[in-house]
Amino acid sequence: MTLKVDTPAPVGRTGPARSPGHRGSGRGGNGLARFDLRATPYFLVSPYFLLFTLFGLFPLGYTFWVSLHDWELAGDKTFLGIDNYVELIADGSFWNAVVNTVGIFVIATIPQLVMALLLANALNKRIRGRLFFRLGILLPLVTSVVAVAVVFTQLYGRDYGMINWFLGLFGVEAIEWQNQSWSAWIAIATMIDWRWTGYNAIILLAAMQTIPKDLYEAASLDGASPRRQFWQITVPMLRPTLIFVVFTSTIGGLTLFAEPVMFEGNPTMAGGATGQYQTVAMFIVKEGFRDFDMGYASAAAWMLFALILVGILINYSITRRIGGKK
Amino acid sequence: MTAIQSRRRPAGPASAANRIWDAGPLTKVVLTFALVLSAFPIYYMFVMATRSNDEALDTPPPLLPGGNLGDNVNRLLEAEQAYFATGLINSIIISTTVTVSVVLISTLAGFAFAKLKFRGSKILLGSILLTMMVPLQQMGIVPLYEMMVTLGWTGQIQAVILPFLVNGFGVFMMTQYTSQAVPDELVEAARVDGASTMRIYANVILPAVRPGMAVLALLTFMQNWNEFLWPSIVLNPDNPVVQTSIAALNQAHGTDYVMLFTGTAASVLPLVIVFVAFGRQIVGGLMEGAVKA
Repeated sequence: MTLKVDTPAPVGRTGPARSPGHRGSGRGGNGLARFDLRATPYFLVSPYFLLFTLFGLFPLGYTFWVSLHDWELAGDKTFLGIDNYVELIADGSFWNAVVNTVGIFVIATIPQLVMALLLANALNKRIRGRLFFRLGILLPLVTSVVAVAVVFTQLYGRDYGMINWFLGLFGVEAIEWQNQSWSAWIAIATMIDWRWTGYNAIILLAAMQTIPKDLYEAASLDGASPRRQFWQITVPMLRPTLIFVVFTSTIGGLTLFAEPVMFEGNPTMAGGATGQYQTVAMFIVKEGFRDFDMGYASAAAWMLFALILVGILINYSITRRIGGKK
Repeated sequence: MTAIQSRRRPAGPASAANRIWDAGPLTKVVLTFALVLSAFPIYYMFVMATRSNDEALDTPPPLLPGGNLGDNVNRLLEAEQAYFATGLINSIIISTTVTVSVVLISTLAGFAFAKLKFRGSKILLGSILLTMMVPLQQMGIVPLYEMMVTLGWTGQIQAVILPFLVNGFGVFMMTQYTSQAVPDELVEAARVDGASTMRIYANVILPAVRPGMAVLALLTFMQNWNEFLWPSIVLNPDNPVVQTSIAALNQAHGTDYVMLFTGTAASVLPLVIVFVAFGRQIVGGLMEGAVKA
């Protein structure tokens, strides 16, 4: 992952002035000191790797093993080879979930990035109450996904929801947001955007502040308009951070789960009457823990991983080109 | 943070080239609008928590607090199938335990990766970055569930604690933070003085990386407080966490809007308080972390 910012990184705070220990204390002979130098680093990183192996790596490999079986929790486990994957690729409901996930991701992420960029640019100006504005737009981050979904589902309610009431002022008829896939996707996408736009704006703002001011001064002297400066200086300089933001949005977006589940309001994981907003993560839980076909669910989990890799590659190649022409 | 400091300096007479940094009217409008949009759903949540169900269905909907909070809280605590108080306590225990573990383990590993030379450190750190790409939650779900069944821990909160005790992001963040916050010379000087590695950790590293630890603690606490997928699978309805409790509330009492909103407000309140109290540090930490990343 190359997330290095091109510009010189700001100088961090310096460490404590206090010098450690008294001279000579804790010295346990040359052999012991050498052992300390060689072995202690491994000792320091070992808790992470031990626990990660147990609860991260092992499950990952085991999921693959399970995916090769007709696997019931307490019952038979029949080896199938790649049959689960073959079945999955021919399974219309799986692809429906993929289309929903990607669809929601696209209509959530593109406006979100544009809004985050504009917000970051606005926050980068001199303004009274700077901290107040920054805190304000970051506030949605501290709410939980579940709480957000409850509030928004109510706002999107057909008969008493504020959004239909508002649209009604313009003569729009009450929409049953859950019914159509386009409307459900929009509703879910707004939940995601509401929670994450401010966060991404703050991250982009941080990167913006490392762009040397003289670049803009020079551009101003050359008569470049602020808009031109934004697209020709700010955006290209932000590319490493944009890649990072797109990267995290891709992982978050493609593993979407809580918002659509809460939007549905029951734990069946169906994602609407015709699965119009069932995501891949919901599909996995439904297959594994509602229909108890754990082998199939595990195969779907690996397919999700493949989907994420493809998503990251595509988004990376798009983001890399942003503002490529200097 | 030279950029920030220079902007805090009292503004002198602005030169022409400098004036483009002043916020114009459009910027102010955009920021105010964003602020209102960000705050409104949270405000609305708290307003609804103080209203009755009749008022909640008024058109236009009520925008000011009412006097029904006590009644709503009582119904929330007595709501069948939600076990809200249990969920709240469980979430506090789980999030606190996980936060302590993640911060401690990440600080140790971050120190090693940032300041110590050892064989394989690049590969190990690289492997952590790689695993950050893997949706471990979704991918580990079946084996983890089997593991908890085998241990007889389904329905118990340790099943929600164990899988989250470490996280790659934490190590990554503390590595970045430590390498910036502690000058190499300081570590070397301590070494020359004969300090052991652990002594350097305790006396040099820990005091310097405390702000980073605080931000990581906050982010970790938030993340675990909001955990939904795994608890909804491994825990039973009568021993929930706060998020699954709200989901149960939503399902069983979905028409009792105001009680539901009281639940969400209660679940959000602790985080909002922490956020308001430590807002400056959180924003600062996030921004520092972002640039260093």
